[in-house]
Amino acid sequence: MKPILAVLEGIGDTVLLLVRTLRHAPALPRQWPRFVDQCYQIGYATLPIVAILSFFIGGVLALQAGYSMSNFGAKEFIGSLVGLSMARALGPVMVAVLVAGRVGSAITAELASMKVYQEVDALVTMNIPPERILVLPRLAAVLVMMPVLAIIANLVGWFGGALVAHTVDFIALEPDKYFETLRRYTKFEDVSDGLVKAEVFGFVVVLVCCSIGLRTRGGPREIGASVTKAVVTSLILILVLDYFLTKALL
Amino acid sequence: MSTCHQTRNPFSETESPAVGVTCEQLSKRFGSLEVLKQIDLRIEPGEIFVLMGPSGSGKSVLLKHIVGLERPSSGKVTVGEFDAADATTRERVRMALVFQAGALFNSLTVYDNLALYPREHRLASEAGIREKVMRALQILSLEDAAGKYPSQLSGGMRKRVAIARALVMEPQLMLYDEPTSELDPVMAATISEIIATLKDEYHVTSIVVSHDRDLALNIADRVGILMEGRLAVVATPAELRSPADERVADFLNPKINLKQPRFRALAT
Repeated sequence: MKPILAVLEGIGDTVLLLVRTLRHAPALPRQWPRFVDQCYQIGYATLPIVAILSFFIGGVLALQAGYSMSNFGAKEFIGSLVGLSMARALGPVMVAVLVAGRVGSAITAELASMKVYQEVDALVTMNIPPERILVLPRLAAVLVMMPVLAIIANLVGWFGGALVAHTVDFIALEPDKYFETLRRYTKFEDVSDGLVKAEVFGFVVVLVCCSIGLRTRGGPREIGASVTKAVVTSLILILVLDYFLTKALL
Repeated sequence: MSTCHQTRNPFSETESPAVGVTCEQLSKRFGSLEVLKQIDLRIEPGEIFVLMGPSGSGKSVLLKHIVGLERPSSGKVTVGEFDAADATTRERVRMALVFQAGALFNSLTVYDNLALYPREHRLASEAGIREKVMRALQILSLEDAAGKYPSQLSGGMRKRVAIARALVMEPQLMLYDEPTSELDPVMAATISEIIATLKDEYHVTSIVVSHDRDLALNIADRVGILMEGRLAVVATPAELRSPADERVADFLNPKINLKQPRFRALAT
């Protein structure tokens, strides 16, 4: 019974945090420097790892698809397979997982240590709502940066697939043909649905990581436990939400 | 009462009323543990009230109730005319809490730590904020630390920065949680002098939670001693030099007895 109550309490606290943060939304222009800093942390600093992983995921998709499809003369459809897979499923999920691991963990660690070392209490006594300066800029930044990261992941993944399909001997598919099927079968809606998913995943990851960080009590051990909890919860939520969003957007 | 004690703004000639604090039948429970038991206390505007007591007696919890970080299980805390548990009280009364470990924002420089409050509340232009911050740093002799990060400061400097940050808020009520803990005797005396000077010059009400007997007996107007969640005594420093209550006398003037050590008695 106790674990169920703890989960319900966590959900309630997270919803309350969201409501309190949204109440401060009009103050966002005044948080411009913090917003820009968070855009840097979430977007720019995450970009290299997103690019590297996307490139190889696109490459592996092309390799695996080329190996199977070459046997029955359908290798020109590798472009459509990589295009759709990256845009609708792998791109947004991979970006969200990276954001959870790299950004979410850092957010939880920072807010948890601020809570444990009474910096959050200091803000409250100064009549500065923690939601306004700690949560709002992060949520706004993730909403701006997730589509950017997802688009870059798609593009790099597509080019990774093209390069592998062209250079691997047993596939040897011309880039023209690869991109022709990619363009023909990957519609704008496929890309936009993927961006919607990325947006939802990113928002939930940052909200959950902020909530868990701000609910931390205790000392250094609890900070570590909060980071683990935030990343695990984020990963579970990404995959669960992916199922329901995929179903809703089909 | 409150109107006859005016806090003097350290940054201008303006004055605002110092506030008093009243605890009525204040009790606090954490699960089955009752930390505060029916505390009745009145702290007058403009006075220095030092709250002492053994570790775990509920001093810091009482301080958190006054500043609104904790809600009473029963009873009430009033700051000025307002309920301390009401979040809007912090908008009506300027209260500043100096935390035991400073609670400085580690990601900000000393200057930005001090500038955060006036910036977030848009109290002045950037030039005005600079003037306030540098004035507060000057009062605490910290001008050279403005560009440093909290991790680059000694314990005593961190405490002084925390006090300077509180001062920038132009508080009507200053609360200090163990301001002299972990400091050498000279730095502890310096912090005590700062607290007394701020009271004398700016007439703020000061509530100090401390184990420091020298601080209490030298700068307090009155001292309250919490024992097991109850206020055992509230008296002036002069009255406390010969307390009637045996537990209070033992707390204030503990004898080191190597023949019958206390920890042996605690173990049994």
